[in-house]
Amino acid sequence: MLEHAWVIPAITFTSFWLILFFGRRLPKGGSEIGILAVGSTLVLSCVMVAQWVGRAKTLAVGHGEEIEHIRGPVDNTVRWFTSGQFRVRVGTHVDGLTVVMLFTVALISFLVHVFSTNYMEGDRRFTHYFASLSLFTTGMYVLVTASTTLAALFGWELMGLCSFMLIGHWWEEKPNSNAALKAFFTTRTGDIGLLVGISILFWAAGGTFDIAKINQAALSGQISHTVLVVAACALLAAVIGKSAQFPLHTWLPDAMAGPTPVSALIHAATMVVAGVYLLARVYGVFWVGFHIPDGGFNFVAAVGATTIVIAAVLAFVQRDIKKVLAYSTISQLGYMVMALGVGAWTAAIFHLFTHAMFKALLFLGSGSVSHSVHSFDMVDDMGGLRKPMPKTFATFMVGSLALAGLFPLAGFWSKDEILLGAGENGYKVFMIVGLVGAFMTAMYMTRCVYLTFFGEYRGHGHPHESPLPILGPLYVLTVFSVGAGLLNAPFTHEWFGKLIENETFFHAGVATHDFSVPDALISTVVVLAAIGIGYLLFFQGKLPRGVTARQPLARVGYTFLANRYYLDHIYTGGVVGGISGPIARAAYWFNQNVLDGIVNGVAIVAKKFADWQYKYIDQGAIDGTVNGSGHGAEGLGGFFRTIQTGRVQQYGALLFGATALLALALVLTV
Amino acid sequence: MLINQFLLLGAALFCIGVYGVLARKNGVLVLMSIELILNAVNINLLAFGAMHQGPAAITGQVFALFIITVAAAEVGVGLAIVLLIYRNRTSVDLSEVDLMKG
Repeated sequence: MLEHAWVIPAITFTSFWLILFFGRRLPKGGSEIGILAVGSTLVLSCVMVAQWVGRAKTLAVGHGEEIEHIRGPVDNTVRWFTSGQFRVRVGTHVDGLTVVMLFTVALISFLVHVFSTNYMEGDRRFTHYFASLSLFTTGMYVLVTASTTLAALFGWELMGLCSFMLIGHWWEEKPNSNAALKAFFTTRTGDIGLLVGISILFWAAGGTFDIAKINQAALSGQISHTVLVVAACALLAAVIGKSAQFPLHTWLPDAMAGPTPVSALIHAATMVVAGVYLLARVYGVFWVGFHIPDGGFNFVAAVGATTIVIAAVLAFVQRDIKKVLAYSTISQLGYMVMALGVGAWTAAIFHLFTHAMFKALLFLGSGSVSHSVHSFDMVDDMGGLRKPMPKTFATFMVGSLALAGLFPLAGFWSKDEILLGAGENGYKVFMIVGLVGAFMTAMYMTRCVYLTFFGEYRGHGHPHESPLPILGPLYVLTVFSVGAGLLNAPFTHEWFGKLIENETFFHAGVATHDFSVPDALISTVVVLAAIGIGYLLFFQGKLPRGVTARQPLARVGYTFLANRYYLDHIYTGGVVGGISGPIARAAYWFNQNVLDGIVNGVAIVAKKFADWQYKYIDQGAIDGTVNGSGHGAEGLGGFFRTIQTGRVQQYGALLFGATALLALALVLTV
Repeated sequence: MLINQFLLLGAALFCIGVYGVLARKNGVLVLMSIELILNAVNINLLAFGAMHQGPAAITGQVFALFIITVAAAEVGVGLAIVLLIYRNRTSVDLSEVDLMKG
């Protein structure tokens, strides 16, 4: 199966066409094809993981004595086309990173498909929705199995297209189609960087698109450092666009206009990590280009760190539950990018894996809630939902704690590994930023959980627990949110890390670090403090005393109850209103006015230029030429049609007359 | 032998033929005038052929034979067209046939 990885995207691609053509005629509107296709790819990807684990270690890396044997990649390529002296090949490149990504995407996609059968029931474009999901999944599969940058670009753009279609799924409402356009154009801005980067690397690596060769060329010093810096900057622009990093993150919150399962699949778990995946895949370029092993400071880590803080602050002021999760996603993507920036390669991929699980869980959980209360507004339409929706509440709780990074849930292990890597590799500043981010994450999730599930119900109507197709995926993801972290824990001997570490990883000589108890304790204390403070801020004075005592979260902050009014005062007038509120609002203002202003300014200039071009070049010069030639032809035709009388004798007269003239000319000239 | 006499005869026949093609209304007569033009050319070809000796002498006669063959075919098609025009319009007046007017 490892050689035949192309089967996986082929299955979902076939499913896309089948749904498109036959979906409407099937009893379940095409969803059964999608579920069957993605389900079979899930099975195949499990098989691939198993085969990868069982694969003999063949590739030898290292110098002299310290040769280390690792699992070599499995390549299967065919010639695609020949252009001049360049033979472009296409095919699959399977290594640990690939199989893990395939499994993650297949699992989340499968659960989202199941979830959607109920969530999207009765939608007018139900069939197209499932077709788009299939095509999207194909795009992601193509990206992660691609052996060349060119094939990766195909998958990348395919996802961009599907993202556009799915965000604008309900395009009849103007904001939705605007959001779809915004997402498309913003990511396209970054994609220019991808094209430039691919082109530069193609020439620099000696006329090849092959990712493994590019990495090798970059790491062996075959490509000059200046070229690598330019290429790395260009690729980083693509990462910033796709993975919603500062300052191109503004599209992701707007992308919540799409259906909730789509947000879970595309804007949390898979597509947005495409940027992170690209970064990890062509890591050699960044590794050398940005001097990652040297420590101190570098551009990639700075982008990630900025994103962590900016997005986490914004998550505090949102009323919409999906927007909280959207900003949280941006913030967590910042963690991954920062991890790659500080050289914690394994940690970044591990966080990608765990984050996919618990963020999909949270998004699907918010979908379950909104399915019940028909709204996303936490402040006006939610509250107290733990009673009518106990199962959703329990799973959401697990997801939130996993996101907050509480021992021993998934987020704890991966986040801790990132912080450890930052600390050990000489990036102390970024470790502190990461801790601040962890603190804020725990706090805004406390707020989100409180507003949604605690207090009094503020909406109208009668919330009810969701049916099994919605709860089933939540249960599965809950299991992963609890257990995924253990895969890379000290007592499993970093099984996950050993699984994914690939050729590039070893050639570059990326450092690995053992689990450190003091660091873990620090981050745990930070998280607990954040939850405690969050509890005091958001829960106090909002709940009857008895309920407070019964809740597990309440017990954490119970000792602080004596200070209740004092903290209540701080909560209303002080901390949230006085500090985080204005900062968050300022950041939001900056976001909306300055960044959007710049983007809009560019757009206005472009529009002015386009108008000018339209008026003078298009309408004046080009249309003038086209119309002029048209008028000329018409006039000429008008003249010639007068000759065409249809009378054969007149034609004859012209014929003889012309011949006589020619004969005369001949006689006179000779 | 004076070649001028043959050429003058050919020119006279040609002019009569051209006049007939351009001036007569009757389609059959127009076809006959075309025959006159072709035969004027034939006379010219034969006259030029007779001027030369050797293999060139025969060339003019061969060309004349070709023209007679083509003329026969042309008259066959032409008369068929005239016949169809007559069936459709009960007239062979060419000035009335102007369906191809632009």
